Amino acid sequence: MAIFLKKDSKVIVQGMTGATGMKHTKLMLGDGTNIVGGVNPRKAGTSVDFDGTEVPVFGSVKEAMEKTGANVSVLFVPPAFAKAAVVEAIDAEIPLAVVITEGIAVHDSAAFWAYAKSKGNKTRIIGPNCPGLITPGQSNAGIIPGDITKPGRIGLVSKSGTLTYQMMYELRDIGFSSAVGIGGDPVIGTTHIDALAEFEADPDTDLIVMIGEIGGDAEERAADFIKANVTKPVVGYVAGFTAPEGKTMGHAGAIVSGSSGTAQAKKEALEAAGVKVGKTPSETARLAREILVG
Amino acid sequence: MDLFEYQARDLFAKHGVPVLAGEVIDTPEGARAATERLGGRSVVKAQVKVGGRGKAGGVKLASSPDEAVARATDILGMDIKGHTVHKVMIAETAPEIADEYYVSYLLDRTNRTFLAMASVEGGVEIEVVAAETPEKLAKVPVDANEGVSIEKAREIVAQAQFPADVAEQVAEIMVTLWETFIKEDALLVEVNPLAKVADGRVIALDGKVSLDENAEFRQADHAALEDKDAANPLEAAAKAKNLNYVKLDGQVGIIGNGAGLVMSTLDVVAYAGENHNNVKPANFLDIGGGASAEVMANGLEIILGDPDVKSVFVNVFGGITACDEVAKGIVQALELLKSKGEDVSKPLVVRLDGNNAELGRQILSEANHPLVQRVDTMDGAADKAAELAAK
Repeated sequence: MAIFLKKDSKVIVQGMTGATGMKHTKLMLGDGTNIVGGVNPRKAGTSVDFDGTEVPVFGSVKEAMEKTGANVSVLFVPPAFAKAAVVEAIDAEIPLAVVITEGIAVHDSAAFWAYAKSKGNKTRIIGPNCPGLITPGQSNAGIIPGDITKPGRIGLVSKSGTLTYQMMYELRDIGFSSAVGIGGDPVIGTTHIDALAEFEADPDTDLIVMIGEIGGDAEERAADFIKANVTKPVVGYVAGFTAPEGKTMGHAGAIVSGSSGTAQAKKEALEAAGVKVGKTPSETARLAREILVG
Repeated sequence: MDLFEYQARDLFAKHGVPVLAGEVIDTPEGARAATERLGGRSVVKAQVKVGGRGKAGGVKLASSPDEAVARATDILGMDIKGHTVHKVMIAETAPEIADEYYVSYLLDRTNRTFLAMASVEGGVEIEVVAAETPEKLAKVPVDANEGVSIEKAREIVAQAQFPADVAEQVAEIMVTLWETFIKEDALLVEVNPLAKVADGRVIALDGKVSLDENAEFRQADHAALEDKDAANPLEAAAKAKNLNYVKLDGQVGIIGNGAGLVMSTLDVVAYAGENHNNVKPANFLDIGGGASAEVMANGLEIILGDPDVKSVFVNVFGGITACDEVAKGIVQALELLKSKGEDVSKPLVVRLDGNNAELGRQILSEANHPLVQRVDTMDGAADKAAELAAK
């Protein structure tokens, strides 16, 4: 078991034939991901050879699903075309769309989120501006390095890609059930809460590590959710204590506005919900280790 | 990107939101001609991206062109909450104000939707209205794909309980303000006050607009709205090189890969600084995934050019990019800077972890650069960088 992504997930790649798509499709195949196709209307009917694995290119998400039974799409589509690509995935009702693209305009992400909602949220969106998710030993949908760690019993959900890698690395000897990068944009499809609920229900996850950062109130709401619904131990980390007010720190959503969205407020909310919050990534890893192995 | 009032006014006018005439000037003498064009009377308004300028004396009435020059002389160069006034708007004087309202559209991150806000209690800070009399602030979600039709606008106006004599005018303004919000890829459009004047018209007297920088690919005009004078010179130089850099006020220069890891690095350095004369991070710099020698050199050049920087902490986690590549990048970057005649004399602390970390560390050890110290944990490296900056 794992969350969202499993051994038998059939993955297609929208934007597979671009440079980034090619590079990461090859890496995902190397991690054992069952990639059944790519999507590019201009190259439909062709195929791409990845070190001996022939991956067919389809004209649309719908066609790829009909011909392969695909149930996950990973999107490496440039920002200007990302909204149309996500809308196509929603129209095809693919169960999971993982949007890696960074730099999507907020009006576009707000529009595709509203569209997904109006269609009954049949497509779970992860991202945008995220590294995707990995279930070590089973499948990798995105750009998280597959060789950091092994399968294990920690579930990880994070706004940040590199902090995901850092935490997986610090706890690599214990291993992870799934690690989900939800992205650093102001509007994202899957939240900390969604991942926490899945990890709580996943019999193969014993402990959850939750990584947040400045901006918005997602961590505060996750704290409320944890208090009411999560029985498994949760260890947290929040980045951006020293970020000045009003400055965007790399991620479009990482901004303290007035007194809202501060790291301090998030830390306090999580601690009030019984979450052990580390001051640094290494202290956070130590807290998780203490709970799991004493 | 937050705009000045005059820029917001221009965008409102472009999309049909009623505004008063006005023009922006940056010399006192410019106030004369501008006031003459307005019929001899004007309001001289400081252009600063901060609230409370009226109370600070940044808005003055001028009843003659001479007086406008005098008021502009007073206001230009004034300091308002740490913002120096470089420009003033010479605006048409409003007819007598009968009432002041508030309207805006913004992104509601929590609910992942757009939000219309409207209140008949305008002219004061809306945060105060929201806190003290929340029942007087209508908040209506707006679906990004459905937008604001005149019917939707009437619903917003009704919820905010606007008086009947202005309701239809305000509804029409809610439609044109929505056009401004959507067509300009704004994150916020706010009119405060939206004023009812003596002759019954409703006019936007002051406003705030914030634009989404991620939409620049389809908003070619927006680059011209950037306030180049206000940008920190190091931030401007970094932007020209496509680097994600924010200047801070400490002494430890920071380079890292990934926004989250760099934010975390700033924190860890600040904690370490508590034991070293309270030194703090000097900047945020995310060089992203690749970390080639060229990008590394560009980043180092910006940071070494910051006179506040006493030491540099390079904190890289090799994900897809292998650490041996990053290590080569650091060594080559230092050579590149030296060959360009740059002053490379500040100590660098480098921490490499992740993919091929051992190989990367070996490359740094073999290069044996006199300025580079290797520390293999993030906390340890932060402590060393803080210690060097405190010397």
